[in-house]
Amino acid sequence: MTSTGHNRARSITLLVMMERIRAFEEHACLAAERDKLVLGAIHPSIGQEASAAGIMQALRRDDILLSTHRGHGHTLAKGADPLAMYRELLGREGGCCGGKGGSMHIADFNVGMLGANGVVGANITIGAGAAHGLKLLGSDRIAVDIFGDGAVNRGPFLEGLNWAVVFDLPVLFVCEDNQYSATTQTKSVTGGPGPAARAEAMGLRVTVVDGNNAEEVANAVDEITARIRSGEGPEFLHSITYRQTGHTSFDLAGYRPEGEADRHKAEDDPIARQRGLLAAMGANQGELDAIHANAQEEMAGLIKQAAATSFPPDDTAFSDVQDLGSPIREAF
Amino acid sequence: MAKMTYVEASREAVREAMQADATVWCVGEDLGRGSVFGQYLGLQDEFGKDRVVDTPISEAGIMGAAFGAAMVGTRPIVEMRFSDFALCATDELVNQIAKARFMFGGQSRAPMVIRKPTGMWRSSAAQHSQSLESWYTHIPGLVVVCPATPQDNYSMMKAAIASDDPVVYFEHKNIWGMEGKVDRNLEVEIGRAAIRREGGDLTLVSWSDTANLAIQAGDALATKGVSAEVIDLRSLWPWDKEAVIASVQKTGRLIVAHESVAVGGFGAEVVASIAQEVTMKTPPRRLGAPRSLVAYAPNLEDQMRVTADMMVTAAMEMIKT
Ligand SMILES: Cc1ncc(C[n+]2csc(CCOP(=O)(O)OP(=O)(O)O)c2C)c(N)n1
Ligand SMILES: [Mg+2]
Repeated sequence: MTSTGHNRARSITLLVMMERIRAFEEHACLAAERDKLVLGAIHPSIGQEASAAGIMQALRRDDILLSTHRGHGHTLAKGADPLAMYRELLGREGGCCGGKGGSMHIADFNVGMLGANGVVGANITIGAGAAHGLKLLGSDRIAVDIFGDGAVNRGPFLEGLNWAVVFDLPVLFVCEDNQYSATTQTKSVTGGPGPAARAEAMGLRVTVVDGNNAEEVANAVDEITARIRSGEGPEFLHSITYRQTGHTSFDLAGYRPEGEADRHKAEDDPIARQRGLLAAMGANQGELDAIHANAQEEMAGLIKQAAATSFPPDDTAFSDVQDLGSPIREAF
Repeated sequence: MAKMTYVEASREAVREAMQADATVWCVGEDLGRGSVFGQYLGLQDEFGKDRVVDTPISEAGIMGAAFGAAMVGTRPIVEMRFSDFALCATDELVNQIAKARFMFGGQSRAPMVIRKPTGMWRSSAAQHSQSLESWYTHIPGLVVVCPATPQDNYSMMKAAIASDDPVVYFEHKNIWGMEGKVDRNLEVEIGRAAIRREGGDLTLVSWSDTANLAIQAGDALATKGVSAEVIDLRSLWPWDKEAVIASVQKTGRLIVAHESVAVGGFGAEVVASIAQEVTMKTPPRRLGAPRSLVAYAPNLEDQMRVTADMMVTAAMEMIKT
């Protein structure tokens, strides 16, 4: 611990991870908009990296993660290989899902990442169930289930949270609240005081954090996951953040109040805040700049490598469908 | 060989699978009390509340949670109570369970049996009587099973639990009490039809409880000098196209009969598939429910039924032409 009360090594780790996530997504956005290499929609989490970095540093490799369409950061921070992730975004052979899923279905079961999801809210019951399975198997692993503020208006929010409470499951639900549901301000379409109050009413222990403060997220999640792992039941984290980009990389987000995004970028950027903290702890500018440069260099190199990979064999359009009743290839 | 009812047969299959494999568990509403039709009677006493789980009324929760638990290495048997209620969990089944293996590039499996009691039963009206099996045949990734006898309900339940695929398992509510001999050693491969009656004049294809009516129709036709071959498909995906082709090549006539609405029913798929392969003596026929709703009043409910008499009439018309 330093005089600012932080563990310097962990503070550096958080910054490194956030810089890597940001670089990963900046290069992915360029590949989508400029280079037309990423063909489908991608949903950047630029501005929200503190959640991913803060939560995942508290998890073991074999803990379970379920995420959303905005899940690159979570997946990378859980330990997935960024080259395999880029190949997936580009629909290439060697992508984590063989090029069959793309950005919205990214998954890496080797690191417990059981899938992003193209259906808002759907991962909430699945995450509760993964925790249910872990409990049945007598495992000491836990599950973390991340969703957006828009998802709390879907049915699975109620069914999944209730399930976790009723069966006392080892799961942390995280509402990563970037204040927008696609192009709509979420509070304008949400009754009552919001996600935390709803979760509390259903019997979960609730923690609210500044989701742009990586240290605060990490501290909270360290404590929460320790409680969950020791059998104290499901919990809920409301992580309040801001989406600096549009809903997708192509969305210019003209629907936002004038100046809102600029203000967040200037005053509330999680990476800038972490750099500021480290500087206050005595880190020198050169060290911090090197972290940034390394992340940029890593991702620039990997996306080039991914783009040089071939597309998956045509045959794989018919593999991994089901064992009984193999796919019919002819269109009749 | 033991004598069992249809409901006892699948219960026995579930019990044996749970004894053999500690990762098999059942999840649904009111299972501790046996569920609506007694399918789980005694199982909670034998295996405990953790493996025969009473859930909230939360169909999307049941289906989604079972899927999550399947992805971490358990083998859930999911009870939907009535096939109609399973529609509350359609996203979980169609968008999540059916697609996970493919979408995640083979990293995942969803070894699940999703039980959906189906069909018309005792004035249950429009929301408790539907036969929607054809919907699920349209979804790549799913297996669709429709057993018609105690033996098949035993053997196919075992096969469904053993499969690593998600199996949508339709048990017909009208035949829970149907008795029959069950050979515990008999394996039934999902995708293999049963020839219930051999014949040379006409092929009558069906499944689920309607297959039992088709046997009655075959018997009635025999008294009129017409020899019908009755095929019970037993599963709709995969379905035994080869068995039907072989039969129709012999008979030259085909009727497909099912309880579900004729329009967009699986009978259309069978007729089209066979028509592409075999030149028939008469145009093929399909018999299904009118495109209307199942009503409460018994006389109105009957308007939706496909009966053995209707099969006989259709067969006689085809034989005469
Ligand atoms: C069930 C469903 N409805 C609508 C959509 C379209 N959609 C994709 S993302 C999104 C916004 C989700 O907002 P939120 O849950 O806050 O997540 P965020 O995008 O902010 O990360 C919408 C409406 C969808 N994918 N699934
Ligand atoms: Mg949002």
